[in-house]
Amino acid sequence: MAESGSNRAPETGAFFQRDRQWHPAAFTPNYKSSVLRSPRKALLSFDNTLSELTGPVFGHTMLGELDNDLIHNFAKAGERAIGERIIVHGRVLDERGKGVPGVLLEFWQANAGGRYRHKKDGYLAPLDPNFGGCGRTITGEDGGYAFRTVRPGPYPWPNGPNDWRPAHIHFSVFGHGFAQRLITQMYFEGDPLIWRCPIVGGISNKAAVEALIAALDMHATIPMDALAYTFDIVLRGRRSTLFENRPEGN
Amino acid sequence: MAQSLDRLKESPSQTAGPYVHIGLTPNFCGIGGVYASDLGSTMVNGETKGERIELRIRVLDGTGTPLKDALIEIWQADANGLYNSPAEMRGAADPNFLGWGRQPTDMETGVCRFHTIKPGRVPFRDGRLMAPHVTLWIVARGINIGLSTRLYFSDEEKANAEDPILARIEHRMRVPTLIAERQGDTYVFDVHLQGEKETVFFDS
Repeated sequence: MAESGSNRAPETGAFFQRDRQWHPAAFTPNYKSSVLRSPRKALLSFDNTLSELTGPVFGHTMLGELDNDLIHNFAKAGERAIGERIIVHGRVLDERGKGVPGVLLEFWQANAGGRYRHKKDGYLAPLDPNFGGCGRTITGEDGGYAFRTVRPGPYPWPNGPNDWRPAHIHFSVFGHGFAQRLITQMYFEGDPLIWRCPIVGGISNKAAVEALIAALDMHATIPMDALAYTFDIVLRGRRSTLFENRPEGN
Repeated sequence: MAQSLDRLKESPSQTAGPYVHIGLTPNFCGIGGVYASDLGSTMVNGETKGERIELRIRVLDGTGTPLKDALIEIWQADANGLYNSPAEMRGAADPNFLGWGRQPTDMETGVCRFHTIKPGRVPFRDGRLMAPHVTLWIVARGINIGLSTRLYFSDEEKANAEDPILARIEHRMRVPTLIAERQGDTYVFDVHLQGEKETVFFDS
Protein backbone atom coordinates (compact mmCIF):
# COMPACT_ATOMS: atom_id res chain seq x y z
CA MET A 1 0.00 0.00 0.00
CA ALA A 2 1.45 3.36 -0.95
CA GLU A 3 1.79 6.14 1.60
CA SER A 4 -1.21 8.41 1.26
CA GLY A 5 0.10 10.92 3.76
CA SER A 6 -3.06 10.79 5.84
CA ASN A 7 -4.94 8.46 8.13
CA ARG A 8 -8.11 8.36 6.03
CA ALA A 9 -9.37 4.92 5.08
CA PRO A 10 -8.19 4.13 1.56
CA GLU A 11 -10.79 4.65 -1.13
CA THR A 12 -11.21 1.46 -3.10
CA GLY A 13 -14.71 1.69 -4.58
CA ALA A 14 -15.35 1.88 -8.31
CA PHE A 15 -16.31 5.26 -9.75
CA PHE A 16 -19.84 6.28 -10.67
CA GLN A 17 -20.35 5.79 -14.37
CA ARG A 18 -19.77 8.82 -16.56
CA ASP A 19 -22.84 10.61 -17.91
CA ARG A 20 -21.78 10.89 -21.53
CA GLN A 21 -24.86 12.95 -22.41
CA TRP A 22 -23.57 15.62 -20.05
CA HIS A 23 -20.09 15.71 -21.56
CA PRO A 24 -19.58 16.87 -25.15
CA ALA A 25 -19.87 14.07 -27.70
CA ALA A 26 -16.69 12.97 -29.50
CA PHE A 27 -18.04 14.08 -32.90
CA THR A 28 -19.10 17.74 -32.88
CA PRO A 29 -18.80 18.88 -36.52
CA ASN A 30 -19.09 22.60 -35.76
CA TYR A 31 -15.71 22.13 -34.09
CA LYS A 32 -13.95 20.98 -37.23
CA SER A 33 -10.91 19.38 -35.59
CA SER A 34 -13.22 16.81 -34.01
CA VAL A 35 -14.39 15.46 -37.36
CA LEU A 36 -11.36 13.26 -38.10
CA ARG A 37 -10.35 12.78 -34.47
CA SER A 38 -13.56 11.34 -33.03
CA PRO A 39 -14.05 7.62 -32.49
CA ARG A 40 -17.24 6.44 -34.22
CA LYS A 41 -17.66 2.95 -32.80
CA ALA A 42 -19.31 2.15 -29.49
CA LEU A 43 -17.09 2.38 -26.42
CA LEU A 44 -16.41 -0.83 -24.49
CA SER A 45 -18.15 -0.43 -21.14
CA PHE A 46 -17.12 -2.29 -17.99
CA ASP A 47 -17.03 -1.66 -14.27
CA ASN A 48 -13.68 -0.32 -13.02
CA THR A 49 -10.93 -2.83 -12.39
CA LEU A 50 -7.89 -2.05 -10.24
CA SER A 51 -6.31 -0.48 -13.31
CA GLU A 52 -8.93 2.28 -13.37
CA LEU A 53 -9.65 2.81 -9.69
CA THR A 54 -6.03 3.21 -8.63
CA GLY A 55 -3.87 6.25 -9.37
CA PRO A 56 -0.58 7.88 -8.37
CA VAL A 57 -0.18 10.31 -5.48
CA PHE A 58 1.40 13.73 -6.00
CA GLY A 59 2.88 15.28 -2.88
CA HIS A 60 2.90 18.97 -2.02
CA THR A 61 6.70 18.81 -1.83
CA MET A 62 6.92 18.72 -5.64
CA LEU A 63 5.56 22.26 -5.82
CA GLY A 64 7.78 25.31 -6.21
CA GLU A 65 7.00 28.55 -4.43
CA LEU A 66 5.73 30.32 -7.55
CA ASP A 67 4.00 27.37 -9.22
CA ASN A 68 0.57 28.86 -8.46
CA ASP A 69 1.53 32.42 -9.42
CA LEU A 70 1.47 32.96 -13.17
CA ILE A 71 2.09 36.69 -12.70
CA HIS A 72 5.57 35.95 -11.38
CA ASN A 73 6.61 32.38 -12.27
CA PHE A 74 8.02 33.32 -15.68
CA ALA A 75 8.79 36.99 -15.01
CA LYS A 76 12.24 38.47 -14.71
CA ALA A 77 13.26 39.44 -11.21
CA GLY A 78 11.30 42.49 -10.12
CA GLU A 79 8.94 42.35 -13.10
CA ARG A 80 5.37 41.11 -13.56
CA ALA A 81 3.07 39.84 -16.28
CA ILE A 82 0.88 42.46 -17.97
CA GLY A 83 -2.89 42.27 -17.66
CA GLU A 84 -5.90 42.32 -15.41
CA ARG A 85 -4.74 40.76 -12.15
CA ILE A 86 -7.04 38.00 -10.91
CA ILE A 87 -7.23 35.25 -8.31
CA VAL A 88 -8.89 32.01 -9.34
CA HIS A 89 -9.95 29.83 -6.44
CA GLY A 90 -12.43 27.11 -5.58
CA ARG A 91 -12.74 23.53 -4.49
CA VAL A 92 -12.44 20.17 -6.15
CA LEU A 93 -15.42 18.05 -5.07
CA ASP A 94 -16.60 14.58 -5.95
CA GLU A 95 -20.15 13.82 -7.10
CA ARG A 96 -21.12 13.15 -3.48
CA GLY A 97 -20.17 16.76 -2.68
CA LYS A 98 -17.10 15.91 -0.61
CA GLY A 99 -13.91 17.94 -1.03
CA VAL A 100 -11.13 15.95 -2.68
CA PRO A 101 -7.68 16.57 -1.17
CA GLY A 102 -4.39 15.93 -2.94
CA VAL A 103 -5.69 16.65 -6.45
CA LEU A 104 -3.01 17.84 -8.87
CA LEU A 105 -4.34 20.83 -10.82
CA GLU A 106 -2.36 22.10 -13.79
CA PHE A 107 -3.53 25.15 -15.72
CA TRP A 108 -2.48 26.93 -18.90
CA GLN A 109 -3.72 29.96 -20.76
CA ALA A 110 -3.10 32.71 -23.28
CA ASN A 111 -1.69 36.03 -22.12
CA ALA A 112 -3.76 39.18 -21.61
CA GLY A 113 -3.75 39.83 -25.36
CA GLY A 114 -4.96 36.33 -26.24
CA ARG A 115 -1.57 34.95 -27.38
CA TYR A 116 -0.06 31.65 -26.27
CA ARG A 117 3.65 31.15 -25.75
CA HIS A 118 3.77 28.35 -28.34
CA LYS A 119 5.46 28.12 -31.72
CA LYS A 120 2.16 27.17 -33.35
CA ASP A 121 0.40 30.35 -32.22
CA GLY A 122 0.94 33.18 -34.70
CA TYR A 123 -1.77 35.58 -33.55
CA LEU A 124 -1.03 39.29 -34.00
CA ALA A 125 -1.16 40.03 -30.29
CA PRO A 126 2.38 40.20 -28.86
CA LEU A 127 3.98 37.82 -26.42
CA ASP A 128 4.51 39.19 -22.94
CA PRO A 129 8.17 38.56 -22.04
CA ASN A 130 7.10 38.12 -18.43
CA PHE A 131 4.31 35.61 -19.00
CA GLY A 132 4.80 31.86 -19.60
CA GLY A 133 1.20 30.75 -19.18
CA CYS A 134 1.43 27.64 -17.01
CA GLY A 135 0.92 26.93 -13.34
CA ARG A 136 -0.02 24.15 -10.96
CA THR A 137 -1.13 23.43 -7.42
CA ILE A 138 -2.42 20.57 -5.26
CA THR A 139 -5.70 20.79 -3.37
CA GLY A 140 -5.69 21.02 0.42
CA GLU A 141 -7.56 18.86 2.93
CA ASP A 142 -10.94 20.40 2.04
CA GLY A 143 -10.30 20.20 -1.70
CA GLY A 144 -9.55 23.93 -1.85
CA TYR A 145 -7.10 25.59 -4.22
CA ALA A 146 -6.13 29.07 -5.39
CA PHE A 147 -3.77 30.65 -7.88
CA ARG A 148 -2.90 34.08 -9.17
CA THR A 149 -2.75 35.05 -12.82
CA VAL A 150 -3.82 37.65 -15.36
CA ARG A 151 -7.13 37.34 -17.14
CA PRO A 152 -6.47 35.76 -20.56
CA GLY A 153 -7.66 37.58 -23.66
CA PRO A 154 -10.12 36.14 -26.19
CA TYR A 155 -8.63 35.28 -29.57
CA PRO A 156 -9.63 34.33 -33.11
CA TRP A 157 -8.96 30.79 -34.32
CA PRO A 158 -9.17 29.04 -37.68
CA ASN A 159 -12.40 27.07 -37.55
CA GLY A 160 -15.25 29.04 -39.10
CA PRO A 161 -14.34 32.22 -41.01
CA ASN A 162 -14.71 34.37 -37.89
CA ASP A 163 -14.67 32.22 -34.76
CA TRP A 164 -13.36 33.57 -31.46
CA ARG A 165 -12.58 31.67 -28.30
CA PRO A 166 -14.05 33.20 -25.17
CA ALA A 167 -11.47 34.03 -22.52
CA HIS A 168 -10.62 30.74 -20.83
CA ILE A 169 -8.16 28.89 -18.65
CA HIS A 170 -7.42 25.21 -19.35
CA PHE A 171 -7.48 22.88 -16.33
CA SER A 172 -5.98 19.41 -16.08
CA VAL A 173 -7.42 17.63 -13.04
CA PHE A 174 -5.71 14.55 -11.58
CA GLY A 175 -7.78 12.94 -8.82
CA HIS A 176 -7.15 9.72 -6.91
CA GLY A 177 -8.11 7.20 -9.59
CA PHE A 178 -6.94 7.15 -13.19
CA ALA A 179 -10.61 6.86 -14.24
CA GLN A 180 -11.22 10.35 -12.80
CA ARG A 181 -8.71 11.94 -15.17
CA LEU A 182 -10.22 15.07 -16.68
CA ILE A 183 -9.29 18.09 -18.76
CA THR A 184 -11.67 21.02 -18.99
CA GLN A 185 -11.77 24.78 -19.48
CA MET A 186 -12.92 27.58 -17.20
CA TYR A 187 -14.83 30.52 -18.68
CA PHE A 188 -15.61 33.93 -17.19
CA GLU A 189 -19.02 35.15 -16.05
CA GLY A 190 -20.59 37.59 -18.48
CA ASP A 191 -18.43 36.81 -21.53
CA PRO A 192 -20.72 37.04 -24.61
CA LEU A 193 -18.35 34.83 -26.62
CA ILE A 194 -19.12 31.75 -24.49
CA TRP A 195 -22.46 31.10 -26.19
CA ARG A 196 -20.98 31.62 -29.70
CA CYS A 197 -18.08 29.19 -29.25
CA PRO A 198 -18.16 25.94 -31.29
CA ILE A 199 -16.06 24.15 -28.66
CA VAL A 200 -18.37 25.14 -25.81
CA GLY A 201 -21.29 24.35 -28.14
CA GLY A 202 -20.26 20.70 -28.13
CA ILE A 203 -21.92 20.56 -24.71
CA SER A 204 -25.63 20.22 -25.36
CA ASN A 205 -26.95 20.97 -21.87
CA LYS A 206 -27.07 24.64 -20.80
CA ALA A 207 -26.59 23.75 -17.13
CA ALA A 208 -23.47 21.80 -18.06
CA VAL A 209 -22.02 24.85 -19.82
CA GLU A 210 -22.84 27.00 -16.81
CA ALA A 211 -20.89 24.54 -14.64
CA LEU A 212 -17.76 25.74 -16.47
CA ILE A 213 -18.37 29.48 -15.97
CA ALA A 214 -16.56 30.99 -13.00
CA ALA A 215 -18.41 33.64 -11.03
CA LEU A 216 -16.95 36.99 -10.06
CA ASP A 217 -16.40 36.71 -6.30
CA MET A 218 -16.05 40.13 -4.71
CA HIS A 219 -15.49 38.59 -1.26
CA ALA A 220 -12.27 37.02 -2.46
CA THR A 221 -10.89 40.08 -4.24
CA ILE A 222 -7.90 41.92 -2.84
CA PRO A 223 -8.80 45.62 -2.79
CA MET A 224 -6.52 47.75 -4.97
CA ASP A 225 -4.82 44.59 -6.27
CA ALA A 226 -6.81 41.74 -7.86
CA LEU A 227 -10.33 40.66 -8.77
CA ALA A 228 -11.32 37.09 -7.93
CA TYR A 229 -13.27 34.32 -9.65
CA THR A 230 -14.60 31.17 -8.01
CA PHE A 231 -14.43 27.92 -9.95
CA ASP A 232 -15.44 24.61 -8.39
CA ILE A 233 -14.59 21.39 -10.20
CA VAL A 234 -16.45 18.10 -9.76
CA LEU A 235 -14.81 14.69 -10.26
CA ARG A 236 -16.47 11.29 -10.49
CA GLY A 237 -17.57 9.96 -7.10
CA ARG A 238 -16.78 6.51 -5.73
CA ARG A 239 -19.25 3.82 -4.87
CA SER A 240 -19.29 2.56 -1.31
CA THR A 241 -17.53 -0.80 -0.99
CA LEU A 242 -19.62 -1.84 2.02
CA PHE A 243 -21.51 -4.62 0.28
CA GLU A 244 -18.98 -5.55 -2.34
CA ASN A 245 -17.20 -8.85 -2.00
CA ARG A 246 -13.97 -8.97 -3.89
CA PRO A 247 -11.83 -12.07 -3.94
CA GLU A 248 -8.68 -9.98 -4.30
CA GLY A 249 -9.42 -8.41 -0.96
CA ASN A 250 -10.31 -4.86 -1.86
CA MET B 1 -41.64 13.16 -5.75
CA ALA B 2 -39.01 11.38 -3.71
CA GLN B 3 -36.13 12.76 -1.67
CA SER B 4 -33.40 14.37 -3.73
CA LEU B 5 -30.23 12.32 -4.08
CA ASP B 6 -28.45 15.64 -4.04
CA ARG B 7 -25.54 14.46 -6.17
CA LEU B 8 -23.34 16.81 -8.10
CA LYS B 9 -22.59 16.34 -11.80
CA GLU B 10 -19.04 15.76 -12.99
CA SER B 11 -17.51 18.87 -14.59
CA PRO B 12 -17.97 18.54 -18.35
CA SER B 13 -14.82 17.81 -20.32
CA GLN B 14 -13.40 20.26 -22.85
CA THR B 15 -10.67 19.65 -25.38
CA ALA B 16 -7.05 20.01 -24.28
CA GLY B 17 -6.56 22.13 -27.40
CA PRO B 18 -3.45 22.63 -29.53
CA TYR B 19 -1.40 24.16 -26.71
CA VAL B 20 -1.72 21.40 -24.11
CA HIS B 21 2.09 21.28 -23.93
CA ILE B 22 2.20 24.69 -22.26
CA GLY B 23 0.36 23.30 -19.27
CA LEU B 24 1.51 19.71 -19.09
CA THR B 25 4.99 19.59 -20.67
CA PRO B 26 6.20 23.21 -20.64
CA ASN B 27 9.90 22.31 -20.93
CA PHE B 28 9.13 20.28 -24.06
CA CYS B 29 7.64 23.35 -25.77
CA GLY B 30 10.38 25.76 -24.74
CA ILE B 31 8.93 27.24 -21.57
CA GLY B 32 11.91 26.70 -19.31
CA GLY B 33 12.55 27.80 -15.78
CA VAL B 34 9.04 27.37 -14.40
CA TYR B 35 9.34 23.67 -13.44
CA ALA B 36 12.67 21.82 -13.08
CA SER B 37 11.43 19.06 -15.40
CA ASP B 38 8.26 17.91 -17.11
CA LEU B 39 6.14 15.78 -14.80
CA GLY B 40 6.01 12.12 -15.76
CA SER B 41 8.89 12.35 -18.26
CA THR B 42 11.02 9.75 -16.43
CA MET B 43 9.46 6.52 -15.22
CA VAL B 44 12.35 4.26 -14.24
CA ASN B 45 15.61 4.66 -12.33
CA GLY B 46 18.56 2.30 -11.74
CA GLU B 47 16.75 0.58 -8.88
CA THR B 48 13.44 -0.09 -10.61
CA LYS B 49 12.67 -3.82 -10.77
CA GLY B 50 11.55 -5.40 -14.02
CA GLU B 51 12.29 -5.82 -17.70
CA ARG B 52 13.15 -2.53 -19.40
CA ILE B 53 10.98 -1.88 -22.41
CA GLU B 54 10.12 0.99 -24.71
CA LEU B 55 6.60 1.78 -25.85
CA ARG B 56 6.49 3.49 -29.25
CA ILE B 57 3.01 4.87 -29.73
CA ARG B 58 1.37 6.89 -32.49
CA VAL B 59 -2.17 8.26 -32.66
CA LEU B 60 -3.66 8.32 -36.18
CA ASP B 61 -6.65 10.35 -37.35
CA GLY B 62 -9.37 9.25 -39.76
CA THR B 63 -7.06 9.77 -42.77
CA GLY B 64 -4.23 7.75 -41.20
CA THR B 65 -2.19 10.88 -40.45
CA PRO B 66 -0.31 10.79 -37.12
CA LEU B 67 -1.34 13.47 -34.62
CA LYS B 68 1.59 15.76 -33.87
CA ASP B 69 -0.10 17.71 -31.09
CA ALA B 70 -1.41 14.90 -28.87
CA LEU B 71 -0.43 14.05 -25.32
CA ILE B 72 -0.52 10.58 -23.82
CA GLU B 73 -0.48 9.48 -20.21
CA ILE B 74 0.05 5.89 -19.13
CA TRP B 75 -0.68 4.11 -15.85
CA GLN B 76 0.54 0.62 -15.08
CA ALA B 77 1.40 -1.86 -12.37
CA ASP B 78 4.97 -2.68 -11.32
CA ALA B 79 6.80 -5.87 -12.30
CA ASN B 80 4.89 -7.81 -9.63
CA GLY B 81 1.49 -6.57 -10.71
CA LEU B 82 1.08 -4.04 -7.87
CA TYR B 83 -0.06 -0.45 -8.32
CA ASN B 84 1.76 2.35 -6.53
CA SER B 85 -1.49 3.78 -5.16
CA PRO B 86 -3.29 4.14 -1.82
CA ALA B 87 -6.14 2.09 -3.32
CA GLU B 88 -3.77 -0.87 -3.78
CA MET B 89 -4.56 -3.14 -0.82
CA ARG B 90 -2.58 -6.25 -1.82
CA GLY B 91 0.90 -5.13 -0.84
CA ALA B 92 3.60 -2.52 -1.34
CA ALA B 93 4.53 -1.66 -4.91
CA ASP B 94 8.14 -1.10 -6.00
CA PRO B 95 9.08 2.24 -4.36
CA ASN B 96 11.28 2.97 -7.39
CA PHE B 97 8.39 2.87 -9.80
CA LEU B 98 5.46 5.28 -9.71
CA GLY B 99 3.81 3.56 -12.68
CA TRP B 100 2.64 6.80 -14.28
CA GLY B 101 4.14 8.56 -17.29
CA ARG B 102 3.29 11.46 -19.56
CA GLN B 103 4.71 12.20 -23.02
CA PRO B 104 3.79 14.47 -25.92
CA THR B 105 3.79 13.09 -29.44
CA ASP B 106 6.78 14.35 -31.42
CA MET B 107 5.94 17.57 -33.27
CA GLU B 108 7.57 16.29 -36.50
CA THR B 109 6.93 12.54 -36.51
CA GLY B 110 3.96 12.07 -34.17
CA VAL B 111 5.85 9.33 -32.31
CA CYS B 112 5.52 9.14 -28.55
CA ARG B 113 8.03 7.06 -26.55
CA PHE B 114 7.82 5.76 -22.99
CA HIS B 115 10.77 4.08 -21.32
CA THR B 116 9.23 1.85 -18.71
CA ILE B 117 9.10 -1.76 -17.47
CA LYS B 118 6.86 -4.61 -18.43
CA PRO B 119 4.02 -4.73 -15.87
CA GLY B 120 3.03 -7.87 -13.98
CA ARG B 121 -0.47 -9.32 -14.02
CA VAL B 122 -3.23 -7.67 -12.02
CA PRO B 123 -6.40 -9.45 -10.85
CA PHE B 124 -9.78 -8.69 -12.38
CA ARG B 125 -12.73 -8.01 -10.07
CA ASP B 126 -13.47 -11.72 -9.68
CA GLY B 127 -9.88 -12.70 -8.92
CA ARG B 128 -8.96 -14.04 -12.37
CA LEU B 129 -5.71 -12.55 -13.61
CA MET B 130 -5.80 -9.96 -16.37
CA ALA B 131 -3.03 -10.10 -18.96
CA PRO B 132 -0.18 -7.59 -18.50
CA HIS B 133 -1.37 -4.24 -19.80
CA VAL B 134 -0.81 -0.50 -19.68
CA THR B 135 -3.74 1.93 -19.41
CA LEU B 136 -3.62 4.83 -21.87
CA TRP B 137 -5.30 8.24 -21.70
CA ILE B 138 -5.09 10.38 -24.83
CA VAL B 139 -5.91 14.06 -25.23
CA ALA B 140 -5.44 16.51 -28.11
CA ARG B 141 -7.02 19.27 -30.13
CA GLY B 142 -10.22 17.86 -31.61
CA ILE B 143 -10.67 15.31 -28.83
CA ASN B 144 -13.56 16.58 -26.70
CA ILE B 145 -13.16 14.07 -23.89
CA GLY B 146 -9.99 12.16 -23.07
CA LEU B 147 -9.84 8.71 -24.68
CA SER B 148 -9.13 5.66 -22.53
CA THR B 149 -7.82 2.37 -23.79
CA ARG B 150 -5.25 -0.30 -22.97
CA LEU B 151 -2.05 -1.53 -24.51
CA TYR B 152 -1.50 -5.32 -24.29
CA PHE B 153 1.66 -7.16 -25.35
CA SER B 154 2.04 -9.37 -28.44
CA ASP B 155 4.35 -11.84 -26.65
CA GLU B 156 1.71 -12.61 -23.99
CA GLU B 157 -0.51 -14.72 -26.21
CA LYS B 158 -1.63 -17.13 -23.50
CA ALA B 159 -2.41 -14.39 -20.97
CA ASN B 160 -4.16 -12.31 -23.62
CA ALA B 161 -6.33 -15.29 -24.56
CA GLU B 162 -7.70 -15.47 -21.01
CA ASP B 163 -7.95 -11.73 -20.30
CA PRO B 164 -11.46 -10.86 -19.07
CA ILE B 165 -11.51 -7.41 -20.71
CA LEU B 166 -10.29 -8.60 -24.11
CA ALA B 167 -12.86 -11.39 -23.83
CA ARG B 168 -15.64 -8.81 -23.71
CA ILE B 169 -14.88 -7.47 -27.18
CA GLU B 170 -17.76 -8.73 -29.28
CA HIS B 171 -16.19 -8.25 -32.69
CA ARG B 172 -13.08 -10.40 -32.38
CA MET B 173 -11.33 -8.80 -35.33
CA ARG B 174 -11.02 -5.68 -33.17
CA VAL B 175 -9.00 -7.38 -30.40
CA PRO B 176 -5.65 -6.82 -32.21
CA THR B 177 -6.26 -3.04 -32.03
CA LEU B 178 -5.21 -3.32 -28.38
CA ILE B 179 -2.09 -5.43 -28.85
CA ALA B 180 1.34 -3.81 -29.27
CA GLU B 181 3.81 -5.61 -31.51
CA ARG B 182 7.13 -6.59 -29.96
CA GLN B 183 10.25 -5.55 -31.94
CA GLY B 184 13.31 -6.28 -29.77
CA ASP B 185 12.82 -4.36 -26.54
CA THR B 186 10.30 -2.05 -28.14
CA TYR B 187 6.56 -2.47 -28.41
CA VAL B 188 5.00 -0.64 -31.34
CA PHE B 189 1.41 0.50 -30.96
CA ASP B 190 -0.74 2.55 -33.33
CA VAL B 191 -3.94 4.03 -31.96
CA HIS B 192 -6.52 4.55 -34.74
CA LEU B 193 -9.10 7.17 -33.85
CA GLN B 194 -11.43 6.16 -36.69
CA GLY B 195 -11.90 3.83 -39.60
CA GLU B 196 -11.82 0.10 -40.14
CA LYS B 197 -8.96 -0.30 -37.67
CA GLU B 198 -10.52 1.99 -35.03
CA THR B 199 -9.03 1.15 -31.63
CA VAL B 200 -11.37 -0.18 -28.97
CA PHE B 201 -11.83 2.72 -26.55
CA PHE B 202 -13.20 2.25 -23.05
CA ASP B 203 -16.00 3.66 -20.97
CA SER B 204 -15.02 2.54 -17.51
